Amino acid sequence: MDSFSVLIGGKAGDGITEAGGMIAQLMNAIGYRLFRHVEAPSLIRGGHNYVIVRAHRQRISAHRDHVNVLIALNAETIERHEWRLKQRPITVFDSEAIKPAGLPASLHPFRTGIPVKTILEQEEAPPVMRNSAILGAFCKAISIPWEVLEDVITRYQPKKTELNLKVARRGYDLATEKLMVDLPGGAAQPILSGLEAIGLGLLRGGLKAYASYPMTPATGLLHFLARHAPRFELKVVQPEGEIAAMLMALGHAYAGERAAVGTSGGGFALMVEGLSMSGQAELPVVVVLGQRPGPSTGLPTYTSQTELEFALTAGQGEFPRAIIAPGEVEQAYAWSTLAIDLAWKYQLPVIVLGDRTLHDSSQSFDRGAVPKLPRLRQRDWDGAPMSDDPDLAYQRYLITDDGVSPLAFPGREGAIVKANSYTHDEYGITTEDPEMTVRMQDKWLRKGRAMAEELDGLPLVNVYGDPEATRTVVTWGSPVGALREIGELIDARVVQPVVLWPFPARQLEAALAGSERTVVVEMNATGQFAGLMRRHGLRVDGAVNRYDGRPFGVGELQAKVEGALK
Amino acid sequence: MSTEKQGAKGAAPAVKLGTYAKNTWCPGCGNFAILNAIKAVFQDLIAGGTRREDIVVVADIGCSSKIMDYIGVNSFDSLHGRAIPTAVGVKLANPELKVVVHIGDGGAYAEGLEHLLFAARRNADITVIVHDNGVYALTIGQAGPMTPPGYKGRSTPYGSESTPFNPLELLHVAGATWLGRGYTHGIPLLKRLYSEAIAHRGFSLVDTLQVCVTFRNMYDYYNERVYELEGHDPRDEDAALAKIREWDYAADVQVALGAFLKRERPVFGDGFATYGGGIDVEGAVAEVVTALT
Repeated sequence: MDSFSVLIGGKAGDGITEAGGMIAQLMNAIGYRLFRHVEAPSLIRGGHNYVIVRAHRQRISAHRDHVNVLIALNAETIERHEWRLKQRPITVFDSEAIKPAGLPASLHPFRTGIPVKTILEQEEAPPVMRNSAILGAFCKAISIPWEVLEDVITRYQPKKTELNLKVARRGYDLATEKLMVDLPGGAAQPILSGLEAIGLGLLRGGLKAYASYPMTPATGLLHFLARHAPRFELKVVQPEGEIAAMLMALGHAYAGERAAVGTSGGGFALMVEGLSMSGQAELPVVVVLGQRPGPSTGLPTYTSQTELEFALTAGQGEFPRAIIAPGEVEQAYAWSTLAIDLAWKYQLPVIVLGDRTLHDSSQSFDRGAVPKLPRLRQRDWDGAPMSDDPDLAYQRYLITDDGVSPLAFPGREGAIVKANSYTHDEYGITTEDPEMTVRMQDKWLRKGRAMAEELDGLPLVNVYGDPEATRTVVTWGSPVGALREIGELIDARVVQPVVLWPFPARQLEAALAGSERTVVVEMNATGQFAGLMRRHGLRVDGAVNRYDGRPFGVGELQAKVEGALK
Repeated sequence: MSTEKQGAKGAAPAVKLGTYAKNTWCPGCGNFAILNAIKAVFQDLIAGGTRREDIVVVADIGCSSKIMDYIGVNSFDSLHGRAIPTAVGVKLANPELKVVVHIGDGGAYAEGLEHLLFAARRNADITVIVHDNGVYALTIGQAGPMTPPGYKGRSTPYGSESTPFNPLELLHVAGATWLGRGYTHGIPLLKRLYSEAIAHRGFSLVDTLQVCVTFRNMYDYYNERVYELEGHDPRDEDAALAKIREWDYAADVQVALGAFLKRERPVFGDGFATYGGGIDVEGAVAEVVTALT
């Protein structure tokens, strides 16, 4: 088979996420590309956690709701997920936590129960090793060779490896083969979460500082960057809150260091005043904004695409900005580098708009699928005096044709650098002069236009499926993963703008040319991107909106899209 | 205004550090004393070898923040209450810079109190000069965090009910490593305090009793009560706390001026001191990607 899915479920605190990671590594080791979807409620212990690992011969960025293998650490997992199992359902379970007789009759033929507690007692192993026994049984049940599991445990369980191997072997030996899984072979691929891809992209773009207060779904970036900070000489700070994070980042920018912040909607609300200062003081900053359902606290650990309009309009006053919404890890990597380059070239805020699904799901990273984007250079002051008066030799807000003023930073010989949140003149001195007010506003608008023109030379809109089809599905962000596959299965083109602002009008019009029915798929209730399209004169005929906090699975979305396209 | 013009007038004159900005403080405003004192301190620093380009003033919002328009050094006018995290970012980005914050009591002790306490807690290496006039002046005279009870402003026409807290006591507890109090009647003491605070490595704050002649003229009141600390050892933390607690910013007692506290603690950002630049970023990214396989 080309593709199969495994679900592992249990209580929060059972190490489900880690076990899901091991399953992903097993699939990776035998040559599959994979996508790992994690669903975890906002709690530390108790509650139901599960991970779906989907393996495919081709690059994928979405899960399917139906699974081939169910690994259950408790009875609740069976109750909640039995509906996902289709033909020849394989069930691997802890037979001391779940009575085999209690299993639904449909699961009996291919069940594999393992007495986990007994194995652990006999091997004198701690309870945390239960997942090793289960993984052993899982490998045997789908015919993954023991050597593969041995290698994965050795690499990813560096603590007490020997004991883990003994426990896994017991599980392996007690199980029986239920399915012969294909072994595609080929080199294992890196497995990256969206946040890891964003982090690496930012680092590649010269990130020197990251300030962030923990908030799902951006916390993973704080952890990732903190872990790798010394290697990249990155200054990672967790300040007293999101307001401070934003202001610290702007302080870094003023002093010449590329900085980013990361948060979700609630934290972004606190950063908005600083975002506006980024506009007025022309200080570059990248905001990694991970969407989750609101309003307010909403569903903290679930997914949504509800902050597009917020990101578009956040901040008092009128100033240019860019909003970039990658949908897959390869896009996240390349476009995050572009995001920080763009912020620094045009000295404005750039928002990388992701969501829980993109940020915290992991997938195989295909280096060949990374979009090829140019590096943009910031405009540094060449040292030529801007005035005969040596005090004014450098003027931070020099008015230029394209609105971009040359950059210098405190410490630079011969430069007095005055940044200002107040309306200011070219030197940076506060003013309330009406003429200067207009000249500065016009300067910002000119640099916004210059940015839009430069962006239009890049591939801002991706087209998948059949580009000639008369039916079109438009989406943005993480749903593109499922839709890219659906585009191969149905007669439709799939259009994904990656840059949402400046609105890629020309490229979207070209991608939609000849479309007779256009449907927009997004994870919000009001159709925020569809509304943006209509504002720009683009026709929208239908919509598929999901707003229960859960991401689209391939099968379920295909049915909805086909319905909407009729 | 320009150094060149000054240079033509005589031998080795001090850099004037002025700008063309028109001063819009009220005549008699205490801010003039702060401006003159800090400019003189900057001039001394430059005469002593500090590069003018390495001085940064980060200002808040309000009358105090206008100071950055009047000094010809690097400056960043931030948001109300947010000058301190801005300054911390600037200092982390470039530890060579001398970073001085000018902020009012509204910004430091109300809108931005969380930032103040965390900068002290972390011992961020910045100097905070609080223009403490106990009133919101630029918004025309509302009660602020340092306004004593009974003050009648437009937002408290029947008298303010709240009592000030003692910011220096709070900062002592929060971990500040240098604390002092000045008064805008007497530039020599201000100069000495600002100079010591800037020379101190770590978080320093000078609460400067700045008289607002328009909305809360306290010259006569302060003149009768202030005295300069003598024989006080700022390295004695308990003695410092006792001196700080002598006046709670409300009671009618003597008001001590001078350096209360000086101590050493690790400085925020010291962990980044090993960073030397010259990273092969592409190589490091490739390495991390490979490690994620």
